[in-house]
Amino acid sequence: MTIGVRTRNGARVTGGLPMTGGVAHAPSRVTRTIILGVIGLIFAIPIVAMVEFTLRKGLEGGHDFSRWITLFQSGFTGAYRPVIVALGNSLALAVGTVAIVLLLLVPTMLLVHIRFPRLRRLLEFICILPITIPAIVLVVGLAPVYSVVSRMFGSGVWTLAFAYGITVLPFAYRAIQSNIDGVDVKTLTEAARTLGASWANVLARVLVPNLRRGLLAGAFIAVAVVLGEFTIASLLNRINLQTALVVVSKTDPYTAVILSLLALIFAFVLLLLIGRLGSGPRARSVKGTP
Amino acid sequence: MPRPCSAKSGRQLSSSVRRTAAAWGLLPFAVYVFLFLAVPTLIAIGTGFFDNTGSFTLATVAALGDPVVLTTFANSFWLSALTAVVGAVVGAIACYALLGTRPDGPLRVTIDSLSGVLAQFGGVMLAFAFVATIGIQGMITIYLRDTFGVDIFENGVWIYEAPGLILPYIYFQVPLMIITFMPALQALKPQWAEANATLGGGAATYWLRIGFPVLAPSFLGSLLLLFANAFSSYATAAALVSQGSQIVPLQIRAALTSETLLGRQNLAGALALGMIVVMAVVMTGYSMLQSRAARWQR
Repeated sequence: MTIGVRTRNGARVTGGLPMTGGVAHAPSRVTRTIILGVIGLIFAIPIVAMVEFTLRKGLEGGHDFSRWITLFQSGFTGAYRPVIVALGNSLALAVGTVAIVLLLLVPTMLLVHIRFPRLRRLLEFICILPITIPAIVLVVGLAPVYSVVSRMFGSGVWTLAFAYGITVLPFAYRAIQSNIDGVDVKTLTEAARTLGASWANVLARVLVPNLRRGLLAGAFIAVAVVLGEFTIASLLNRINLQTALVVVSKTDPYTAVILSLLALIFAFVLLLLIGRLGSGPRARSVKGTP
Repeated sequence: MPRPCSAKSGRQLSSSVRRTAAAWGLLPFAVYVFLFLAVPTLIAIGTGFFDNTGSFTLATVAALGDPVVLTTFANSFWLSALTAVVGAVVGAIACYALLGTRPDGPLRVTIDSLSGVLAQFGGVMLAFAFVATIGIQGMITIYLRDTFGVDIFENGVWIYEAPGLILPYIYFQVPLMIITFMPALQALKPQWAEANATLGGGAATYWLRIGFPVLAPSFLGSLLLLFANAFSSYATAAALVSQGSQIVPLQIRAALTSETLLGRQNLAGALALGMIVVMAVVMTGYSMLQSRAARWQR
């Protein structure tokens, strides 16, 4: 299929075309504000309801910040201690999962890209596959696997990182692959090798600095996914942040909602940082090159 | 493979040795994926075919024809289809509204991050959010009751059952649609609008003759992805619905925690097999539509 109008630097027929922000037939500012305003307001309701819920003063009615103050003054001790332990578990799992992404996935992706380009489609297929296999299905097969794993490594919560590495695979692969595609990894590697750099040097001083955006984005998305994971931990009877939140919500729904709000804000900031990584200098330099 | 001439056979050998050495580098990842992706998937699919003594049986898979299981699959289907359609339409409208904003501008970065949080991170916490909103003591429930005298639970408390999942599911479907559909909308070429204008077409012609046909595969693909997303979602439902198993993932939970559901062994495996079949069909359709859509995105 060829498209008739593919003249790159043909005359721009902008006269008479409704343009917004350089895009033809884009909605006007007013239309955009109305659409986004309505959708935004509807989507804000549950979040506002969560905040309102945490500010309730109990049976006599009215609102104040006492629950937030109590939570922070108690320093998460006493009744909230399980949540802190669970948060620690989740953070340890996040570190373990990021390690799997950086030490197992990234070298494989680079190796395939540089030495075995024919395997690229296969690697992509494998990495995208976990989207098709839901966590709830995976956990059915993981239960027997983990009974072997806990015999070998003990039943420590950190072993869940092996399973999380799989669930994170599609997200991390996409983030890192788009960076590999954007940088000419092969030429850079050949140039460095020709100049006498060892493979370790190529990796540490050429590839990692060039790919740091993709690596960071992949690591952040892994952290976000692990901190939000519930299915596998819950059905394998391990404790992480989300399973602890469910336990807390049974006895103290207010605290569970406060902690959920904090977790949502944390994830939002994390993804905002990923967004900043994606835009920024690289986007500009791509525009600058012909 | 072009073969170098025989005088350089020494070098050829060393390069093939190096190639073998490099191939060993693929091994750790291959072993990892085999142990934690291939083996669990095969076990999940396979257990449905074996009884407790380890001999082959079709009895468990036949349980997929059980009326209870069929009803559960039907529930999952309509819940996924309904929330996917609503999510896709609302999400597409939001994408249209975002057309013409700078992709790296603050508005887009904020909306992308918010969408990411709600689409991928929500899970359990969305269940809490909707209990706080339309639960028995929820903000909207109380507001409607005190201001308009409307009791949304007049005919029974539906929030802790399958109908209660509709709103939370839409709440994570719309953001997922924004994430997956925006790139397609972004890829509409200005030249097409120019060609349309040169040939005397207006905005209506542009959208009807160019926009919709070009975007149709992407839209349908995203719709399928949303369906798959709702179909496989577990956390929100698990946190919200504590009684009964109205949808397939919850039935898997019940089968995993009590071995004697419906009086059959290894039912979880059979249910997992049923889910994988549905997911495979949907995701194959998705990737076919995606490759069709990719024609226009080069």
